[in-house]
Amino acid sequence: MKKIYVDLHLCPDLRNPVQTSNMVGKASRLGFRLIAVPLQPNTPEREIEQLRTACKDNRLDLATRLDLRPRTPEELVNNLRRFRRKFEIIAVMCDSKKVARQAAKDRRVDLLNFPSIDFHYRHFDLAEAELASSALASVEIDMKPLLTLEGSARTRLLSSLRRETATAQGFHVPVVLSSGISNELLMRKPQELAALSYLFDLDKTVALDAVSKNPMAIVKRNREKLDPRYVVPGIRVVRRGKDC
Amino acid sequence: MLKRAKRRYLALEIDSQEPVSSQQFMDALWKQVTKLYGEYGASRTGLVLIDYEEGKRFAIVRVALQTLDVVRTALASITTIDSKPAAILVITVSGTIKSLCKKIEK
Repeated sequence: MKKIYVDLHLCPDLRNPVQTSNMVGKASRLGFRLIAVPLQPNTPEREIEQLRTACKDNRLDLATRLDLRPRTPEELVNNLRRFRRKFEIIAVMCDSKKVARQAAKDRRVDLLNFPSIDFHYRHFDLAEAELASSALASVEIDMKPLLTLEGSARTRLLSSLRRETATAQGFHVPVVLSSGISNELLMRKPQELAALSYLFDLDKTVALDAVSKNPMAIVKRNREKLDPRYVVPGIRVVRRGKDC
Repeated sequence: MLKRAKRRYLALEIDSQEPVSSQQFMDALWKQVTKLYGEYGASRTGLVLIDYEEGKRFAIVRVALQTLDVVRTALASITTIDSKPAAILVITVSGTIKSLCKKIEK
């Protein structure tokens, strides 16, 4: 079966419609079929509509995504309560260990993202992986730093990524490779994103799943849950009426 | 008996606002392979430029099959050519030039 490639973290500047349209068009040309763009809860409806039109014109499926960057676990829980049902994908930028732990065990979180390039602030360790494996969270790896960093900074980042992906695989936590890119020239084909993961020893099949199967599973699962007919996994309302 | 070296041919598209010469392209590619894998790693790639069309921003390179992933990684991580922003996209990969041309025509 033909793979459907997904980029769950494309970051065009929504206030710049030309750049947004160019990036969406390029994503389509590069072979992606579904993209997720981080939005804010207060993003104007006009900008979202422009984005939807650009995606429709380029035959791309759009998933709405919210990036949460809470400072405390309580703030995370509050934000999840407020926004979970408004966005198709919820990613948590884990800047502190407490937030990372809370995010890993909360079943409402889809993606755990560790934005820091300093290994002291990357909290994806064995305990985190174990929590994530019993919840539904996946680890998201943005490829942008691999393209923009150089020298020792990139070497240290590769070392961290190698350790984290091995830990994730050990605990069967799905890995998702995303671009995280806001510049058109840094956009890459899905196969090339997978090729870049060769730098941190991710197996080719696992890497291709990380740009297709794993992100697609998240979007499918959440769309099903956000469907008004959804009751619990496996049960949905088929018909309403007096004769039921 | 000496084993026959297997090779792969890559058709590439150079995405850049500025014109890029074949020399600049190969320099950027060699530099990136060396930066990521060192001189020993680069020496194993057997990288050769087969065809280059500056106007069409198109190139064909040959690599050793064993190091195909190495070269793909290096190609994907190129962000500048001769200090100008650029990207290289792999159009297709094939075992012979003949089949590569057929794939591109498709």
